[in-house]
Amino acid sequence: MDLSVVILVEMLYAVALLILVSAGLAVVFGMMKVINLAHGEFMMMGGYVTITAAGLGVNVFLAMLVIAPLAAGLAGLLVERLVIRHLYGRLVDTMLATWGLSMLFVGLASMIFGNTTTSISTPIPGFAIGAYQVNGYNFFVILVAAALAAGLWLVLSRTRAGLIARGTMQSPQMAAALGYSPARVYMATFFCGSALAGLAGAVLAPLVGLVPAWGGTYIAKAFITVIAGGPSLVAGLLSGAGAFGLVSQAFTFAFSPVIGEVALLVLAVILLRLMPRGITGRFFRGRL
Amino acid sequence: MQGPASRDVLAILAAALLLVWAMPLLIAPHSLTVLIIYGMLGLSLGLVWGFGGILCFGQAAFFGLGAYTYAVAAINIGESTLPLVLAVLVPALLALALGAMIFYGRLTDVYLGIITLVVTLILFRFVSSTAGPQYVIGRARLGGFNGIPGFQTLNIPGDPGAYIWGDALYYLCAAALLAVFLLVTWLLRSDFGRIAVGIRENETRMALMGYDVAARKTLLFAIGAAIAGLAGALFACWAEIVTPALFSLPQSAEIIIWCIAGGLGTRFGPVLGAAGLAWLKFMLGQQSLIDNTLVMGAILVLFVLFLPRGLLPAAAGVWGAGLARFRRPVRARLRHPVREETDHG
Repeated sequence: MDLSVVILVEMLYAVALLILVSAGLAVVFGMMKVINLAHGEFMMMGGYVTITAAGLGVNVFLAMLVIAPLAAGLAGLLVERLVIRHLYGRLVDTMLATWGLSMLFVGLASMIFGNTTTSISTPIPGFAIGAYQVNGYNFFVILVAAALAAGLWLVLSRTRAGLIARGTMQSPQMAAALGYSPARVYMATFFCGSALAGLAGAVLAPLVGLVPAWGGTYIAKAFITVIAGGPSLVAGLLSGAGAFGLVSQAFTFAFSPVIGEVALLVLAVILLRLMPRGITGRFFRGRL
Repeated sequence: MQGPASRDVLAILAAALLLVWAMPLLIAPHSLTVLIIYGMLGLSLGLVWGFGGILCFGQAAFFGLGAYTYAVAAINIGESTLPLVLAVLVPALLALALGAMIFYGRLTDVYLGIITLVVTLILFRFVSSTAGPQYVIGRARLGGFNGIPGFQTLNIPGDPGAYIWGDALYYLCAAALLAVFLLVTWLLRSDFGRIAVGIRENETRMALMGYDVAARKTLLFAIGAAIAGLAGALFACWAEIVTPALFSLPQSAEIIIWCIAGGLGTRFGPVLGAAGLAWLKFMLGQQSLIDNTLVMGAILVLFVLFLPRGLLPAAAGVWGAGLARFRRPVRARLRHPVREETDHG
């Protein structure tokens, strides 16, 4: 009984982790069809900002949920203005340019923070379920991921800003004719995507030892979650994260974390082969 | 591709001989050897991406696999000829299987990129985690993150005691690169190469003309992987150790940067890009003011933004424009202005 609760929490946690890590990429790819390979580096920035701010005496949750996303978002804004906006519509070129950016940021971070591990302690203590010790912070991660998915859906489907954004993605000319500048909408979308990445990095920062190349460990997972999820943003994110989280966690329990990771990657290759348009390209058509 | 084949080959031979003779005067042969090996690796992606239009994010996977195949086989066999052959065959077979899966599934662009990237990651994760004694192939322990040291390096075929190292290895690698370069030249002049370029330009049209696009792309992909595997084996002999870092994403990124910087759609561009940037990396490694990764990243961004065709085609374009201005009066009388062809290295 206790064990099954623990396993359930771990499964939920794995799915939440993928949602958190992929949300920013899903916004940028899903809305703008821009593959941002520097996504992991925006996460890394969020992590460093959190640790630095917490070190300066700011409340950890304030640093995590407000300051880090803002900082990463502003960096994203800069990147969009300087690089990305020249490459809209050139999918492969954006991939290459953002890969270059990711290397640039990693280099910059190792010049500033050094190539060593930086970390802070988790702000929420663990507790016991029966005979098992559970990390209390995992619940926080699950909570943030759930709030994120719900928030994303609400903003996109229920607010005017979400409507404008979706409209611009469908037909930039029509949006422009109605008086909304597509360039501005793209800018705002990219800001949101990077801010979400920053948030993910900030929330995960207490769980890991942060090194400059840290973001690289998540980029592939985020990438395949979004691609396998398919065209619809929220449903794709949830189904992609669900499938990969469950499979990798099941294999982790059955064998080892490395096998879990490899199983995730193998599943990604198979899924792409079977459903090249992603899970929501076949099921849940037309949903958000 | 223009001009008779014999002139092309003669020019390549002359340039190669000059470079092989002159470069050791500037750079120590030991460093030069690895530049040549990187040049071969760059050429492998240059062929697949520049002429086949297949952007492989995981060329490092084939490079690493070649190196590991060589190391494992060399430990088990104790002689270097067969391992060298295996190091070419194994990556090629993997590429055939992977390519068949990708191209018969009609995956392109992003999906192709992701699958090759993911396969690289799988190899990297798996090999990195093989530290335990249970991971053994024959007599070779895979060694996890520490890699495999101490295998038989290149020797004269049939005589395991006669090692090829130092200057001899340099000349051997140069000859191998020359051979691969000539092979690529021949391939691109053949029907296969011309159809590959056609597929790059317009896949649907080539398919409608009756060519089996998937089979041809798969084959080209495998040839690229074979060249990368050979480069990997030579690298293993040069470094005398193989580590999982060979499979890593930064390695893959670097190969792509070489091709972009040198020039896509040329034969010599990726070789030049690889050797030049690897040398730049050596130089940068000797100072601690600017981080190496930062410079490479900046180079990639700047090239994509400002010089997406790469150095060599751009230089050829400038050269061609200068030449055209010089010749214009004559040409204008003879025929219409000829568009400068930049598709040759």
